[in-house]
Amino acid sequence: MATSANFKRPGGGVAASIPLMGRAEEPTIFDLSVAKRRASSLRSSGVDQVDPRTVLPATMLRDEPPALPEVSERDLVGHFTRLSARQYSVDLGAYPLGSCTMKYNPKFADAVAAMPGISQVHPHTPVSFAQGWLEIMVTLESWICEITGMAAATLQPAAGAAGELTGLLIMAHYHQRHGGRRSKVIIPDSAHGTNPASVTLAGYEAVTVPSNDRGLVDLEQLDKVLGEDVAGMMLTNPNTLGLFEEEIAEITARVHAVGGLMYYDGANLNAILGVSRPGDMGFDIVHSNLHKTFATPHGGGGPGAGPVAVSERLREFLPGPRATLIDDEDGVRYVWKTPEFSIGRVHGFYGNAVVLARALAYMMYHGGPGLADVARYAVLNANWLRAQIAQHYEIAFPQLCMHEFVASAAQLKKRYGVRALDIAKGMIEEGFHSPTVYFPLVVDEALMMEPTETESPQTLRALADALMRLAEAATSSDGQEWLHNAPSTTPVGRVDEALAARKPRLTFDQASNRPV
Amino acid sequence: MALHAERAKSIEVPLRQELSFPYHSERRQCSVPTFIPHTEAETSQMLADLGLKEIDEIFATIPRERRLGRGLNLPDGVSEYDVLTYFEEVSARNLHHGRPLISFAGGGSYDHDIPQVVRTLGSRGEFVTAYTPYQPEVAQGVLQALFEFQTLISRLSGLEISNASLYDGATALVEAVNLACAHTRSHHVIVSKGINPTYLQTVRTFAEGTGLSVEELPLNDDLSSDLSIETASQAAAVVVGYPNYFGAVEDLARARELANRTGALLICVYDPISLALLTSPGSFGVDVAVAEGQSLGTPVSFGGPYLGLFSVRPEYLRLVPGRLVGETVDAEGRRSFVTTLRTREQDIRRERASSNVCTNQTLMAVHACIYLSWLGPDGFRELATSCLSSSHYLADALSTIPGVELVTPVFVREFTIRLTGIDNEAVRSALADRGFLAGVSGEFPSGDLKASNTLILSATERRTKSEIDRFVGEFSKIVEAR
Ligand SMILES: Cc1ncc(COP(=O)(O)O)c(C=O)c1O
Repeated sequence: MATSANFKRPGGGVAASIPLMGRAEEPTIFDLSVAKRRASSLRSSGVDQVDPRTVLPATMLRDEPPALPEVSERDLVGHFTRLSARQYSVDLGAYPLGSCTMKYNPKFADAVAAMPGISQVHPHTPVSFAQGWLEIMVTLESWICEITGMAAATLQPAAGAAGELTGLLIMAHYHQRHGGRRSKVIIPDSAHGTNPASVTLAGYEAVTVPSNDRGLVDLEQLDKVLGEDVAGMMLTNPNTLGLFEEEIAEITARVHAVGGLMYYDGANLNAILGVSRPGDMGFDIVHSNLHKTFATPHGGGGPGAGPVAVSERLREFLPGPRATLIDDEDGVRYVWKTPEFSIGRVHGFYGNAVVLARALAYMMYHGGPGLADVARYAVLNANWLRAQIAQHYEIAFPQLCMHEFVASAAQLKKRYGVRALDIAKGMIEEGFHSPTVYFPLVVDEALMMEPTETESPQTLRALADALMRLAEAATSSDGQEWLHNAPSTTPVGRVDEALAARKPRLTFDQASNRPV
Repeated sequence: MALHAERAKSIEVPLRQELSFPYHSERRQCSVPTFIPHTEAETSQMLADLGLKEIDEIFATIPRERRLGRGLNLPDGVSEYDVLTYFEEVSARNLHHGRPLISFAGGGSYDHDIPQVVRTLGSRGEFVTAYTPYQPEVAQGVLQALFEFQTLISRLSGLEISNASLYDGATALVEAVNLACAHTRSHHVIVSKGINPTYLQTVRTFAEGTGLSVEELPLNDDLSSDLSIETASQAAAVVVGYPNYFGAVEDLARARELANRTGALLICVYDPISLALLTSPGSFGVDVAVAEGQSLGTPVSFGGPYLGLFSVRPEYLRLVPGRLVGETVDAEGRRSFVTTLRTREQDIRRERASSNVCTNQTLMAVHACIYLSWLGPDGFRELATSCLSSSHYLADALSTIPGVELVTPVFVREFTIRLTGIDNEAVRSALADRGFLAGVSGEFPSGDLKASNTLILSATERRTKSEIDRFVGEFSKIVEAR
């Protein structure tokens, strides 16, 4: 019987968004489910359908299919479109998240990714039918090598951290062939967390060297930890404080003198594209984050790609298979080859291939001179923003910065009880994504900002004005309260992280943790 | 394919002139790439504000000797149209008469239809161009989608906890093995020869760093694992496929017994599509279930980006690698989502972290979430049944060809045939010339004699009966011609 109460939720989606792009909770896809509703329609193959019970023993079969949601396509589209309205992105606005190089992601790369000869090629395709793909890989490798000043590269690692571990395993294999095991890898105290974690997974002990009062590696302290047991050192240059390690040649010389290798974390490569090369600085192993420097979209947390380039003496340790151009009696062509002392595979196939193609497209668009412009403007933007806000936030180190800088909210905290986290939330209220906070660990109340080259002077002005307004707000009690409660214009306000960790609810099927 | 790789000399990769980039004629008009918005006047003003004259003075902290002192030895920039023309041309060399090879291959990568909703919703800039959800107030979209994804993967695997994704199937297995070692404090793992050989290779690569020893479980004649082995050794993990690489459906109950005998955790590498029909790994007491999630809405993409799936029983929660999204409330009590149990992760635990994962494959996880929700339970079962029906139809037809023998009698959507009198790679190559991808060579590169001269084949719902019939026709012509 139809009454006005029929079809009231729960169950089923309502195609409304109240208020427009609003702050009402979005139901989960499971809340939208109504038994026997469906969105899917499948191709009719023309093959007679077989009852699984006639070909598989009953003991192997489940009675019911997994409990997937039962929704209409219209509800599905409504749900994910509303979710997308609850998400900040580079397409929406500036994203000065230090260390992440959140630059504009060119749209023509989407067209590359969608080409059938890119997206619809199976990884087990015989190599004679994948010559285009191998050429893309070999070409990208040559661009990466020229940009970093290295001899050869593997494209397999799926992200920066995967590149680190790959590089450290190359280091380990190299030492095994040249005089045996070493036990330690040196990292600076400003290193990203993936560095020490990768060191441990590679079977080494991480030894930390402190920075000096200029934010750079302290050479005296470095000497204290250098010895025959050191396999190598991991550095990013510019370092995570956004500062160029001026003594880099001396650092690499001293590490090399004890037989160690130098590893370059490529997270900050954007700062030096076409201007200075890790290979020329003396680095032996270099990973690049294509999802940072070369603008492949980060997808809300991935996919990335972390190719590892090495110097000539490490070429034969690279993971295999590698796309290689050869010329023999059968002609010039691309083949897969595994280097003689390869550490082995680090990915199920050849890496995040489509991400690699996008990165090559970005590189070709810019060309050599354009890539150098990228570095120039990334560094110009960071310095200009830094100068604008220097009156309002302490800047950890006074010298010119590279593509990013670290400001501190330590004084704001001390004087007004306003922390870096509050400034980060205030930036959201101002319409921007927050900077990176509390990293690197060596700066108290760190606010790490990387505007990137793709933000205009007008956007930088607006960012600076917003940061100044927030510092100003911190001085009044009204402002402090506002900052402590920010953001208030977002789909949700500050979330209870303690509750999430104390009573984890990680799936819809686990008990609710809502306070009653 | 006979590659003369050994005899061939590697030739230097050509740069600049020879680099196959024939489409650029003149340098683009503007002197800076268009993604740098600054006008000349603005640049001058910014430099003046900083007390600088030339833009390169901005690099003052880079010592002269550390500067490159020349331009990169790379071509000049070009327009986006020129870039697209290059990629059209180069990618055409991956096609056969303008089409991808018609695929009968699996081996961890399957050619499924992808509904347009996955493409349309999944390519929204809000999902595509966001970073990791570090600020939950402005990342509820990605966070809620990941919470839903975790729920779906737990329902699929039958294990209560699932993470927000890892790189791919191979690296998910590496993380599972590391978890098992951390839990048991043993460094010995027993891995079936029936798992994807590239996964086994990847496990061996990372075993160097973590000091693991890897023991291989032999195969039975039907290419399932021999679970009867008497091993005295204590182990961290027993690893089997479900179905395995060759398509054989392993007996997880017996695998569980073997794990119990050796004090090990049971790790299962499953095929997500087959789980529409098969009893879930969780029902057999599997401790960690991992998978390659490419089948769930991601194109074959020459091997990546894919999607590592990772699920565990709740007792291993604190050892889970990667990100976990949890529900909570905001200050006003509204339902909210946030990355949680963060003290497991590298940025907090640093050298004591059990995994170094930071960036994962979130976008592919969002795609999988949309895909599974679009399928629904009935659609999911129909899809798997369609794959099963076409694969059985294909297997039956191929088995009638003299010299072709079905090796895996019980299978879901992937199976293995052995060839006599003709080389498997020769068949693959001849069929590729006719526009077909004839599966994956079985012995590549596991080295097990039982799998020698085999082909592993699969037909997804995308293959029509007429494609299958033509493929079988060409297959038998090639075999008969020998
Ligand atoms: C300095 C630094 N190193 C390494 C990484 C790890 O890179 P990925 O997230 O791609 O694994 C990051 C990423 O945030 C980073 O900022």
